[in-house]
Amino acid sequence: MKKYLILVAVLLCAAILITGCGTEEIGGEDVTDVPVEGEMVLTYNVGTEPETMDVHLSTGLPEATIMLQIYEGLARLNEDSLPDLALAESVDVSDDDLVYTFTLRDGLVWSNGDPLTAEDFVFSWKRALSPELAADYAYMLYYIKGAEAYNVGEGSVDDVMVEALDEKTLQVTLEAPTPFFLSLVAFKTYYPLHRPTVEADPEGWHLSADTIIGNGPFEMISWDQGKMEFIPNENYYDRDAVVLDRLYFTMIENESTELTMFETGDVDVTHTVPGPEIPRLEETGELHIFPEFGTYYFIFQIEKSPVDDVRVRKALTYAIDREALVANVTQGGQLPAYAFVPSGIPEHDGSDFRANGGDYFSYDPDLAKQLLAEAGYPDGEGFPSVEILYNTSEMHKLIAEAIQEMWKQNLGIENVTLTNQEWGVYLNTRDEGDFTIARAGWIGDYLDPYTFLDMWVTGGGNNNSRWSSAEYDQLLLDVRMVDDEVQRMEMMHRLEDILMEDMPILPIYYYTLPMMVKDYVKGYTKAAVSGIDFKSAYIAE
Amino acid sequence: MLSYLIRRLLSALFAIWVVITVTFFFMHAIPGGPFETEKAIPPAIKANIEARYKLDQPLHIQYIDYLGNVVRGDLGPSFKYRGQTVNGIISERFPISMQLGLTAFAIAIILGVGAGIVAALYQGRIPDYITMFFSTIGISVPSFILGTLLMYYLAFKWGLLPAAMWGTPKHVLMPAIALAGLPTAFIARLMRSSMLDVLNQDYMKTAVSKGLARWRIIWLHAVKNAIIPVVTYSGPLLATILTGSFIVENIFAIPGLGKHFVTSIYNRDYTVILGLTIFYSIILIALNMLVDLAYTLIDPRIKLMGSKE
Repeated sequence: MKKYLILVAVLLCAAILITGCGTEEIGGEDVTDVPVEGEMVLTYNVGTEPETMDVHLSTGLPEATIMLQIYEGLARLNEDSLPDLALAESVDVSDDDLVYTFTLRDGLVWSNGDPLTAEDFVFSWKRALSPELAADYAYMLYYIKGAEAYNVGEGSVDDVMVEALDEKTLQVTLEAPTPFFLSLVAFKTYYPLHRPTVEADPEGWHLSADTIIGNGPFEMISWDQGKMEFIPNENYYDRDAVVLDRLYFTMIENESTELTMFETGDVDVTHTVPGPEIPRLEETGELHIFPEFGTYYFIFQIEKSPVDDVRVRKALTYAIDREALVANVTQGGQLPAYAFVPSGIPEHDGSDFRANGGDYFSYDPDLAKQLLAEAGYPDGEGFPSVEILYNTSEMHKLIAEAIQEMWKQNLGIENVTLTNQEWGVYLNTRDEGDFTIARAGWIGDYLDPYTFLDMWVTGGGNNNSRWSSAEYDQLLLDVRMVDDEVQRMEMMHRLEDILMEDMPILPIYYYTLPMMVKDYVKGYTKAAVSGIDFKSAYIAE
Repeated sequence: MLSYLIRRLLSALFAIWVVITVTFFFMHAIPGGPFETEKAIPPAIKANIEARYKLDQPLHIQYIDYLGNVVRGDLGPSFKYRGQTVNGIISERFPISMQLGLTAFAIAIILGVGAGIVAALYQGRIPDYITMFFSTIGISVPSFILGTLLMYYLAFKWGLLPAAMWGTPKHVLMPAIALAGLPTAFIARLMRSSMLDVLNQDYMKTAVSKGLARWRIIWLHAVKNAIIPVVTYSGPLLATILTGSFIVENIFAIPGLGKHFVTSIYNRDYTVILGLTIFYSIILIALNMLVDLAYTLIDPRIKLMGSKE
């Protein structure tokens, strides 16, 4: 009996060990993993594992940054976030601004040598729109005529107005004039895809470096154990511009670990910096604070008392010392926000949209106090209990606490409470309007004020304030039909005027992206609406 | 013996079914869903996604479908990591967590049992104080502090080991020590008190008076009898340690399974939550069965219920 038991135990142990250990060999280093002496090698920590490497299904910045290295669209964003033609050699726009005819460069090929044609774009864009694929970002293609109807199941794929006139010519017809369309075609949802590999395994083609066929400056050669490895794509049309011999992306999520890896020299560029370390790191000269195209703000649920009164909303807005907040609390070089649309959007003459629009208010405790008194709460007396809702995070908490204190100091409002909820619950609460004041953040998708303004349409999925303005809604519709750039931007300013006049939101700061970059890393670019581009990066020693 | 195993298996299946059912309905009761994002997606697109993952079906239909798939061994697609399956996630990551876990387990057993024996043999003397001092520290210092300290000295200050990531034997050491800290300390205390218990038994005095060699007495009579509580603790410990630690894997950037136990819940990645719960249950039940079998090997007085001999 005893022998039998020993046998069973041994077999069970062996089974457990074999099923586990058999698949992976510790220390079995890939040959390609060892950089050759004298190679120019750079390691960037992308900060997380990609949720998916399918260009159409992905939604996040880390994924976009990886894809930026291995793919290229008709255009590529430069450092000023403006589109430069890339795969397209030229583009012809019809007089009514509705028909774009792109001519591709000669001799374009995929990283595996297959020819890249206009047909690859047609295939890719139609795939992105297919209801069966169910891509989140399908709406990024809704500017194309017939796209939305097909995606929501009311139209046919044949009515999506994108055609390959010949191997090198791609013609797109838009629903309405879209001045930022060239920026859009630089976005990942508009990348072409290598049809044979995608069709060979529609679900899993993007899971392995072997079947991710790209067309950008780099080629992914391995993706294993939390690390991606890239080498220059020899078939890239602009191969000479690519300097690095090897590029690694690590996926370290823990910010302290990431910083340690930077300090030990294992990582050359980090994806972020732990907030409390910023003052110390500023002295190293390796801290770079990049602008990010986004705004951190509070939403008022304007059906709830007391924020149903615009005077209360304004009082709360004016009573916050944003300079002090970014200097002492957030400490990441954020810019105080006195409007909703961040800077970085060029107007027709190259001037900045934000500079032209100016600030809508300033830090003005006296005016705030006066407005609050007018609303019936002199010195905060009788002000009902109000709750600030935020998703659980140390930074959101600190910000909310600082603001709570400023309202107390400047307005005499005593009974502001803070409530945190786990992310999913918080989003749900916001959607249901079950809050009075909630924190929120918005990152623009493309370089145009519209990406910040259209979310406040009556009944819009992102309009958690429940604010509604007939004039605003009409203007949003009208602006889509305007192709005169000057008039269009005037209308955008008018939209922001209306929004700030009613103040359903309380802007706090414009986002920034603090990163550590080794001194010897040069030549990379970072557009405000996308990740770091290592195409021309190099190591200066 | 066989009937015992069959009965254990049947009750295990029942337990797993209960776990699936409770998890399934609790998980759907949490507000929010897998496709909620700060950027609300247009309702039509959301409908497409929900149709694709059959989330538009009534809950009881989803539940029955899910049970059917589980019986076929298919844990379904991840909602968050689109294109990946839960089976794929487990088979890719579990080996990594397991290598780390087995190393940590070996450290914990060898050091813990060893220290416990030494402490008991030298009860009230210096070696006892030293081991108990360290075991108190081991129990009270959480793994993230131990891990951070190790990283600071071994990687940053002295440059002996890689700070983080995975791939070579060197990468295993620091996280394994961080992971082993608490169980080592716990096992040392468990072993010490159990040893003291045994050392005071009459049969120990008999053995000594019979003039048997000291090491033989300690090894055959004391340790063998004293180790039972450690064996009991090993089952659940091994199940926990093998399936990965969120904290240690996060600190050392290890692409293991531990992270998914936590993030799947934040992500409302329903299939991953369920799949990992089932996976963990199976491992836990299997290891507990092994522990029960191990008892009979160590202590002949223990009989398995239903085994006929």
